[in-house]
Amino acid sequence: MRMRAFAKRNLKELLRDPLTLFFGLGFPLVLLVLMNVIQRNVPVHIFELDTLAPGIALFGLTFMALFSGLLLAKDRSSAFLARLAASPMTAADFLLGYLLPMLPMAAGQTAICLGAAVALGLPLSWNLPAVVLSLIPSALLFIALGLLCGALFNDKQVGGMCGAILTNVTAWLAGIWFDLSLIGGPFQAVAYALPFVHGVEGAKAALAGDWTALPGHLLWVSLWAAAVLGLAVGLFRRRLVER
Amino acid sequence: MNAIEILGLTKEYGGRRVVDKLELSIPAGELFALLGVNGAGKSTTIKMLSCLTVPTEGDAQLMGHSVRRDGHAAKEILAVSPQETAIAPNLTALENLELMAGVYGRSRERVDQVMERLDLARWAKARARTLSGGWQRRLSIAMALVSQPEVLFLDEPTLGLDVLARRELWGVIRGLKGHTTIILTTHYLEEAEALADRVGVMNQGRLRAVGTAEELKALAGCDSFEDAFVALAGEGAAS
Repeated sequence: MRMRAFAKRNLKELLRDPLTLFFGLGFPLVLLVLMNVIQRNVPVHIFELDTLAPGIALFGLTFMALFSGLLLAKDRSSAFLARLAASPMTAADFLLGYLLPMLPMAAGQTAICLGAAVALGLPLSWNLPAVVLSLIPSALLFIALGLLCGALFNDKQVGGMCGAILTNVTAWLAGIWFDLSLIGGPFQAVAYALPFVHGVEGAKAALAGDWTALPGHLLWVSLWAAAVLGLAVGLFRRRLVER
Repeated sequence: MNAIEILGLTKEYGGRRVVDKLELSIPAGELFALLGVNGAGKSTTIKMLSCLTVPTEGDAQLMGHSVRRDGHAAKEILAVSPQETAIAPNLTALENLELMAGVYGRSRERVDQVMERLDLARWAKARARTLSGGWQRRLSIAMALVSQPEVLFLDEPTLGLDVLARRELWGVIRGLKGHTTIILTTHYLEEAEALADRVGVMNQGRLRAVGTAEELKALAGCDSFEDAFVALAGEGAAS
């Protein structure tokens, strides 16, 4: 009940923020259309929709980190969180209350991005819902990264961490814009140790119906998501009551 | 019956003692004003009593629930209206109250009662961030009241409000006296004098004097409450 009331509040706060709607829905669509136009005007195959759409769907999820981080950091900086911290709400109520409303938002964002890709020429198939499902661990990861930043930093710092650094790290290390093997070496090794490229490759595997490649990528992203979420819960619990 | 029993409550930050062995009993239904200059230890005391800060030593019981050992039960019966206006800005006034009702498991009828009592019905559908400072403060207090708390902490409830808005809020706070045990912190001495049953004066983490406004004036040998406060809370009081 407590968690539900808090989750409802968070969903309303997010949906009533124009920044959420623009960056959450508009920006990935702009990127998708732009890259598609570029692809149509160059002779080589670099931004084909079957590789571009899963990548941009994952890139769009980086904004979930920004939204969750900003929401938590703003609540922490205001007396609002102190009021709730003095209520019977537990750390689990808080974290689930922040996390749960963002998961359907993330799934909706992915579905809209894929819908736009279909409108641009991506073949309609039963694998598209599987792409949405395959990106849920990635959504969880980005929301958890946002909550971790929100528990550690103020809203301006979260804007820098999640809005600039995380989006850049994801853009470079997820293999969205170029094949990581083109660089190879330590760069590729680091990228594959991190979860972002596995999120993209898992989504590509789901789109291609390659069900043997999918579990390995999902597992790696899920392990990272669980670790980051655990860290966020621990930090938030410490921040909730001053020692 | 005492609603609040404070037993040697102490808080240290990095070896610096900001609240020092506080001892105090507050009967149920009393409005107790906690006064002191900045840094006297009022806010830290409120934070410990509302389970937001763990005491270094000592304990406090709210309606028999220890803030150290039984914080969850204590949180069920207390509410805080923090110094800053603590509202969800993008929610309407009604949604803010419904949120608190949901957190404490209270009914929609309770929300309606509080809205009526604090005359908030006309702003029910207005986003909280669009309300004036006075109405935001009123909403903030209403959010604390939705849970029907037995113990209410009002931290500077009228800070920054104009005279009329302050007087209106005084009326609301007066209406709570007798039903709810209230600890009020304020820098407005006339507010404490007008509202409080008893006043405690803190200085450098210690409770220097407790009594009615008249008793404190007599104790300090002053005619005005402000002079009495200066005498009791000033630097000289620490020695």
